[in-house]
Amino acid sequence: MTTSQSRRLCDDQRQERMLPWAMLAELTHACPLRCPYCSNPLELISRSRELGTEDWTRVMAEAAALGVVHAHLSGGEPLLRADLPEIVTAADGAGIYTQLVTSGVGLSRSRLDGLAAAGLRSVQLSVQDATAERSDRIAGARSFAAKERAARLVRDAGLPFGLNVVLHRHNLDSIDEIIALSVAWGADRVELANTQFYGWALRNRGALLPTRDQLRRAEDKVAVWRARLAGEVRLVWVVPDYFEGVPKPCMGGWGAVSLTVAPDGAVLPCPGAYVLPGLEFPNVRERGLRWIWEESAAFNAYRGTAWMGDPCSTCPRRDVDFGGCRCQAYAITGRADRTDPACALSPDHHLIQTITAKSAPPEHNAPPAEPGPEQGVPTAGMGSEHGVLFAYRRHR
Amino acid sequence: MTGRRPALAASIMMRHDAVRDADLLVMPERIVVLNDQAASVVRLCDGTRTVAQIIDELTAAFPGGAVATDVPEFLDRVRAEGWLR
Repeated sequence: MTTSQSRRLCDDQRQERMLPWAMLAELTHACPLRCPYCSNPLELISRSRELGTEDWTRVMAEAAALGVVHAHLSGGEPLLRADLPEIVTAADGAGIYTQLVTSGVGLSRSRLDGLAAAGLRSVQLSVQDATAERSDRIAGARSFAAKERAARLVRDAGLPFGLNVVLHRHNLDSIDEIIALSVAWGADRVELANTQFYGWALRNRGALLPTRDQLRRAEDKVAVWRARLAGEVRLVWVVPDYFEGVPKPCMGGWGAVSLTVAPDGAVLPCPGAYVLPGLEFPNVRERGLRWIWEESAAFNAYRGTAWMGDPCSTCPRRDVDFGGCRCQAYAITGRADRTDPACALSPDHHLIQTITAKSAPPEHNAPPAEPGPEQGVPTAGMGSEHGVLFAYRRHR
Repeated sequence: MTGRRPALAASIMMRHDAVRDADLLVMPERIVVLNDQAASVVRLCDGTRTVAQIIDELTAAFPGGAVATDVPEFLDRVRAEGWLR
């Protein structure tokens, strides 16, 4: 997942309130792909519950008034929304810079022209690996050819073009080919995003987790490419926090710089927060975005540093990494208010070390993931592709 | 060098943020908050003015400042970031 970074070019003494810079707009959870590390929640929101065009138009206006500058139009696959141009128009009209975050499936020249005319400013395309066969296998759908075509269309349209590749044990060894592909496709920016283990990726962690050696080799190769491509293509290495001993400054802090609006209008401090217990996420159908940001219990739950216990509360890095990620603390320790166990200072760090120590070379297949819930909500299917069993998302 | 006519890279927009009362450079995945001096320089990088003309205009607007040395230095930094063409 991507977040906006902000920084000051020069000293500026202006006092700032805590305002959101970026909004992740999950326009739909429907998607033609079934990536085993999908960042959508395990319980996907069905299409019948999605916000309508008027709702999104209002959300964009409210977001702009609240201070949002960037909107990432994401999903699922946002191109499945027929009203995407209207949503872009609403965002652009409110003064928000829009980026389409897409699988590329369903992007035609006329579709892209329409979006650009509506004010779309940039495109982030995903690709799963460097060859059609491997990319399609991870995506769980034939999609590589569509991605290649989408890359050409974005390039031809002259829009800023980012490529996002989620990295894991099955593609880290192809990092040279992946970067070469990014260059061939004409990306301006390549996000080499080591899998973050939430939702589907957490469920499939055993089959996705790389080895420390794989990561080290890949990072060395990235350094070589970075020197070679300096000034032409920007390579962003998203740190594999399980292996680093340093927690990520998740979302730039809880309710600090970014918010996520789910397909049904629920508003969350991050797209992984669905799973956290005891939080009721307010909905744009019932509340204004400003109230949600400033007043709601959910957005204030882990804001700032007052909620922290030891060792975070006295740590000099508490304003740098904000105690790491609440969703990760919950996923691994069962408590959302613990220090992120990715931190070497966490009393729970051994839990992460146990997980990474067990990660065997990719030749050794991981045990299958647990089967998903069987009824009620859109549910997981099991696939036996790639020699390992992934739990695959299925949407209806 | 001073004959160059700087302009923002195609992927970058400069816009005023009314909520924060700040001038921003907005690009994919990144937002840069400009302070007032930086904004006054970037605003003149429209592809029609040479660096020398930008310096002249700013010297007229801010007499007594170190515009002649600060501006080229600033523009070099901004170009190194890839924000100018």
